[in-house]
Amino acid sequence: MAFDAPEELDGFRAEVRDWLEANCPASMRTPMKDDEVVWGGKREKFKNPDSKIWLERMGEKGWTAPEWPTEYGGGGLNKAQAKVLQQEMRRIKARPPLFSFGLWMFGPALLEFGNHEQKTRFIPDIVMGKTRWCQGYSEPGAGSDLAGLQTKCEDKGDHWLINGQKVWTSYADQADWIFCLVRTDKTVKHEGISFLVFDMASEGVEARPIKLISGSSPFCETFFTDVKVPKDQLVGKLNGGWTIAKRLLQFERSSISAGGFGGTGGSGILSPQEYAKHYVGVDETGRISDGDMRARIADHLMYSKAFSLTVQRTTEEAKAGQEVGHTASILKYGAAKLNQDKSELIVEALGTDGLGWDGDGFADDAKKATRSWLRSKGNSIEGGTSEINLNVIAKRVLGLREHQ
Amino acid sequence: MTFVLSEDQQMIRDTAMAFARDELPVSHLRELRDTGANGNDPATRAKLAELGFFGVLVPEEHDGVGMGMVAMGQIMEAQGRTLAVTPLLQTAVLGASVLTLGGSEAQKSEWLPKIASGEATVALAIDEGTHHAPLNIATEAERNGQGYTLNGAKRFVSDGHHADVFIIAARTFGEPGQAHGISLFLVPNDASGLTVQALNTVDAHGAAHLHLEDVAVGEDSVVGAVDAGWEALEPALDRGRIALAAEALGSSQAMFDMTLEYMQTRKQFGQLIGSFQALQHRAAKMFTELEMTRSCIAAALSGVDEQRNDIAELASLAKAKASELVHLVSNETVQFHGGIGMTDAHDSGLYMKRARVQEALLGGATYHRDRYAKLNGF
Repeated sequence: MAFDAPEELDGFRAEVRDWLEANCPASMRTPMKDDEVVWGGKREKFKNPDSKIWLERMGEKGWTAPEWPTEYGGGGLNKAQAKVLQQEMRRIKARPPLFSFGLWMFGPALLEFGNHEQKTRFIPDIVMGKTRWCQGYSEPGAGSDLAGLQTKCEDKGDHWLINGQKVWTSYADQADWIFCLVRTDKTVKHEGISFLVFDMASEGVEARPIKLISGSSPFCETFFTDVKVPKDQLVGKLNGGWTIAKRLLQFERSSISAGGFGGTGGSGILSPQEYAKHYVGVDETGRISDGDMRARIADHLMYSKAFSLTVQRTTEEAKAGQEVGHTASILKYGAAKLNQDKSELIVEALGTDGLGWDGDGFADDAKKATRSWLRSKGNSIEGGTSEINLNVIAKRVLGLREHQ
Repeated sequence: MTFVLSEDQQMIRDTAMAFARDELPVSHLRELRDTGANGNDPATRAKLAELGFFGVLVPEEHDGVGMGMVAMGQIMEAQGRTLAVTPLLQTAVLGASVLTLGGSEAQKSEWLPKIASGEATVALAIDEGTHHAPLNIATEAERNGQGYTLNGAKRFVSDGHHADVFIIAARTFGEPGQAHGISLFLVPNDASGLTVQALNTVDAHGAAHLHLEDVAVGEDSVVGAVDAGWEALEPALDRGRIALAAEALGSSQAMFDMTLEYMQTRKQFGQLIGSFQALQHRAAKMFTELEMTRSCIAAALSGVDEQRNDIAELASLAKAKASELVHLVSNETVQFHGGIGMTDAHDSGLYMKRARVQEALLGGATYHRDRYAKLNGF
């Protein structure tokens, strides 16, 4: 579809506007509440019934995945149209209908590396939010050194047999299916890894939530004991999983730096300067009276602005066909620092009101900020530690060599 | 905001980069320093005029090329790369901006063509203390029958030791610290009562203290409205800050490139020092800061050309980030080079000395953090 002519784009915009007007329920145009986020899948409760209607309507149009091919249920829009859709949704403050690792990570990788049957089988349910996916990457012995993973996958003729353990599996206890890295050859490292998908309801799969320092449990330990997986659920080539894994990590790092972090607060938490003005106080000219804290907040805001300008710049340069290098690593590194600095400043500005855990005596937003601060410590660990990202910059961007 | 250069802008960038590399390498600064020129370089001034660099911000109707700040920023970045000593910041950016924004038609017609052709160099003289504080003007301009009498002093005026004409901020009303009451005056360098005290500065670019004792100027020397000089001064200072940030970015990039090359050639313990993770991570962090600062400067440059309403904020962001960057990279450059970085024969010292001047002029990170906070309401 060549839709790029401005007048045709205007037509598309009018169409989108009308459709949204008719189909986006009123409560879906209000700020997202933390407990109304829709992750889809069989266990989805739809706390707000409108969010079910909204997901179904958007899913039918394929607009949960606007740029994916219509053949697999996607929206089939080009970049310009997808941007129009995004703008129009923003205009009416429409909530995103679906949060999903399927949409952000697995789907893009499957479209690139999967075969036709696999795409037909899995993509439509991702678009409709019917299947919730989780990611089986890290293991107790394979964190930053991900390629050191040991989860065993044996070829048993008519099926694969999986034994091993994954850790930091986000929402494994809520997910329907898993995309998973497994070892199919022990004699080599990167070239002995394969990419499998399977049903979390399979016999021998157990997910145990891990309680974090923030009190929440977004991650699990996941155990596989003699799990049988049908042969056609291998994605890509046998022992070719590392290529897919790396590509998928790029999707993950970009979705994290685009603001998809755990610990970014959620609704109701104010900015560091707002808290500082209220809790620390201001002088007669309106300046935060603690000059040192004021300077550090200003420094943080400038870093934040520099970061978002860098996202804009690299996007624009990429569009103009200029080489921007491994920006994903630079942005992931910056995003982690940014969110952690912000969380620290908020808790510092709140003073002892930022040191509550639960119950009465502390404001809800303050308690939320405290939990969020603790959760943010993981930002420089998950999706590639800051140290790994610095390694990537040093080696791939700056061309510095390995130690011999 | 646009981050990708137009064809014309790319061309001027290429020209400026080649000019700095071929005609004004760091060795040229070293030569100027060692011969006692104190940053005075008429030959370079003539070449810059020939290239048309003085007229980049001057409108076409006044014989300039009116290309705008993005183009000017490319030239400033290029001169920063090789520590080129030029009158561009003072004349082509600050001087041209004050006159364009505040000058009368007569002043524009007289001075802008001279600026564009390189015939006249200008120095904006603001600060009176050791730290940038453009509102703290105590120099007095007293009304007399024919015009004004100026008394006071200005410190560390860049290019002050060789400028043809000064634009001097003086107070016609109010107290130091107030914007209202600041007026701007064009004062020729040979005005009676004006003493120019040339300074030998750490960066070998030179500067001057100005002493004004009963300096008499005419009514027609006031740039902008009396008492309201700030209206032209503040936006002009912001352009200067952005241009200087671009220069500091160029210096930072050059130092970073030099350091990266050294990491890939210098061996210790039988290893390239660039293979040590302790150094790799510091280099990667510097690179991240470089990229982020580059974005801020690009945004500020194009913000001026697009006449955005948040230029003050963008200028303070650019100058604060560039000041921090050049500070970090200059210190790391000396440290990464080890002993050789401490020698006068090596360029890293020259870069570090210029870095501190780039930081201090028109406000360093502290000044602009404070301003950024004020602009954001806290």
